[in-house]
Amino acid sequence: MTSHVLSQLRSLEAESIHIIREVVAEMQRPVLLFSGGKDSIVMLHMAAKAFAPARIPFPIMHVDTGLNFPTVLACRDRWVENLGIQLVVASVQDAIDRGLVQEEPNGSRNRIQTPVLLEAIEKNGFDAAFGGGRRDEEKARAKERVFSFRDDFGQWDPKNQRPEIWSLYNGRVHQGESIRVFPLSNWTELDIWSYIAAEEIDIPDLYLAQEREVVNRDGMLFAVNEFTPLKEGETSETRSVRYRTVGDANLTAAVESDATTLQAIVEETAAVRVTERGATRGDDKVSEAAMEDRKREGYF
Amino acid sequence: MSTTIENTAEAMTDGSVDLLRFATAGSVDDGKSTLIGRLLFDSKTIFEDQLDSVEQVSQDRGNDYTDLALLTDGLRAEREQGITIDVAYRYFATPKRKFIIADTPGHIQYTRNMVTGASTADVALILVDARKGVIEQSRRHTFLATLLGVPHIVVCVNKMDLVDYAEDVFENIRKDFTEFASRLRVPDLTFIPISALEGDNVVNRSENTPWYDGPALLSHLERLHVASDRNLMDVRFPVQYVIRPQSHDARDYRGYAGTVASGVMKPGDKVVALPAGLETTIEAIDTADGPVEEAYPPMAVTVRLADEIDISRGDMIARPNNTPAALQNIDAQICWMDSDSALVKGKKYAIKHTTRWARAMVKDINYRVDVNTLHRDEEATEIKLNEIGRIQLRVTQPLFVDPYQQNPQTGSFILVDESTNKTVAAGMIGGLPHSS
Repeated sequence: MTSHVLSQLRSLEAESIHIIREVVAEMQRPVLLFSGGKDSIVMLHMAAKAFAPARIPFPIMHVDTGLNFPTVLACRDRWVENLGIQLVVASVQDAIDRGLVQEEPNGSRNRIQTPVLLEAIEKNGFDAAFGGGRRDEEKARAKERVFSFRDDFGQWDPKNQRPEIWSLYNGRVHQGESIRVFPLSNWTELDIWSYIAAEEIDIPDLYLAQEREVVNRDGMLFAVNEFTPLKEGETSETRSVRYRTVGDANLTAAVESDATTLQAIVEETAAVRVTERGATRGDDKVSEAAMEDRKREGYF
Repeated sequence: MSTTIENTAEAMTDGSVDLLRFATAGSVDDGKSTLIGRLLFDSKTIFEDQLDSVEQVSQDRGNDYTDLALLTDGLRAEREQGITIDVAYRYFATPKRKFIIADTPGHIQYTRNMVTGASTADVALILVDARKGVIEQSRRHTFLATLLGVPHIVVCVNKMDLVDYAEDVFENIRKDFTEFASRLRVPDLTFIPISALEGDNVVNRSENTPWYDGPALLSHLERLHVASDRNLMDVRFPVQYVIRPQSHDARDYRGYAGTVASGVMKPGDKVVALPAGLETTIEAIDTADGPVEEAYPPMAVTVRLADEIDISRGDMIARPNNTPAALQNIDAQICWMDSDSALVKGKKYAIKHTTRWARAMVKDINYRVDVNTLHRDEEATEIKLNEIGRIQLRVTQPLFVDPYQQNPQTGSFILVDESTNKTVAAGMIGGLPHSS
């Protein structure tokens, strides 16, 4: 017997699948923005569920900053292989070489991804791009719609958003305009981990705790590797750490953790007291409105 | 605080936690942000770095206290002007439930925001300042919540600390409110005396209100029975997408993907596909995790039918003896949401209802409702931003509808301006079908 009540994780999954199907039914040429991080993996996993037994009827796109953890790329390629989907790579390095964007002095390629992303969307004629953003991540995101309209410059205007009532989404756009779609809007970090554990989803092993050589910079632990080598005068130490987010390899810090299993990560996430971006993203600490400013320019 | 972290983590994965969505409405002064801040803080949902940042900004501005509104007011314009301009969504979980809060600002574009927040809410939280009693705004918020068919209303009589936790103050407000609400359709109305600032009756029962024998707000929200609010009687399955794999191993597969709007569907059930009107039976209900024995709202599934009939997106699957009305003339209440235009007689719009798009023309405006007094202006010739009205639409093709109060999923629609593509109105279909 069933009480006809769906658990909250299954309700969230159903909502996300509904959103993904709605986009495919109404838009001409959707694409899923895939970073190799846990959120885009969960999104891709649900896209596969939404159209089973058929294949996912759209390509995925990786905006490749050239600063990838090798295991993240390996994980990406496993997903592409297993699902038989088309992968579009928009290369930031290539865009730097062509002069479309310039390397920023601090080495962050976060901001310069935006022109690369917008160019790739335009060149491929994508009118809808799925993103893995969640409203619990950040204050500007807390107010963004599930179907988020972008003008023909790819910009977000927070004051001029389309009302979103019930689950009646409006993806209508004119030529050149597009929408960003956030199927994970109502998920929290804890939901993501609970779902990954429940579904046993393949994620990069960086997310699991392991003894790693790290260096402490302003309280953030960076793994010592080719992207973040030891600077002069710094000393490294070995600690059990894992990654809460997987961004650019030169900017993403790890956190101390003993969580070597998915269930342990769920428990740790339920107990954690600092936001994932606050803990691990050097690039998000720029200003109070950093995310809003980047989103206005057309960022993810 | 009753929340234990270990319980939450375990409950999240074992499927015992369900979801409750609630909308809050209120203005700057009634303590809404403080209340939300307290719920988030006491459920350990506010993170240290978020609190640090809010404390820092409050200090920089010379505020005497930490302004918890800064947690939700994330946009530059909001911080610069000290106002909330849009619905913000917040999340917290206890071992029993996950909560999604649609936090709607009370003062600017209140109707549009409140309608948006209330459209998906199981519960509306209305804040009343104990010193001020039931004011115009309380009535407006309650009216909008009932218009949107929110099944549970919780009136938080806040700032009880400022009236010395006096029982008669609470009782008078309860009496006033109940009297006003009796003119509306409120299925479940609860009153809780609280102080968001002091924490009385928010998470824990307060010793300051010995005369109050009800639960604290959070326990009430945890226990509220919302499963029976869903319509499990009338099978409505709007076809969202047809799945036909172009692959060798599933060549003959043809499934109708969609989200169950209402009712319980089972394999073997006799069904009818609208508008074709052809009857068949459900062969199987598929998900990526395998076939299921039954499907109910809000499950997203793929239905296979015994007979090959021509069904496409926008069609509706129902039971032969229980079908929605197929209407081209729609009687509806609408809330206008666009600042740059107004609804006038004769204008044409795109209309989206379930998964079906059509075009609609405004045949008539019956009246406009004053959301503060509930007065009906039958002379109204237009409906502008934040206004509510009753209108008649003529639609280019039949929509498969139920009255909104019976079935919000098949009783709701949006209007879209065909030149700007903006969503301009939310519509709720009325009780009595006119001729189709």
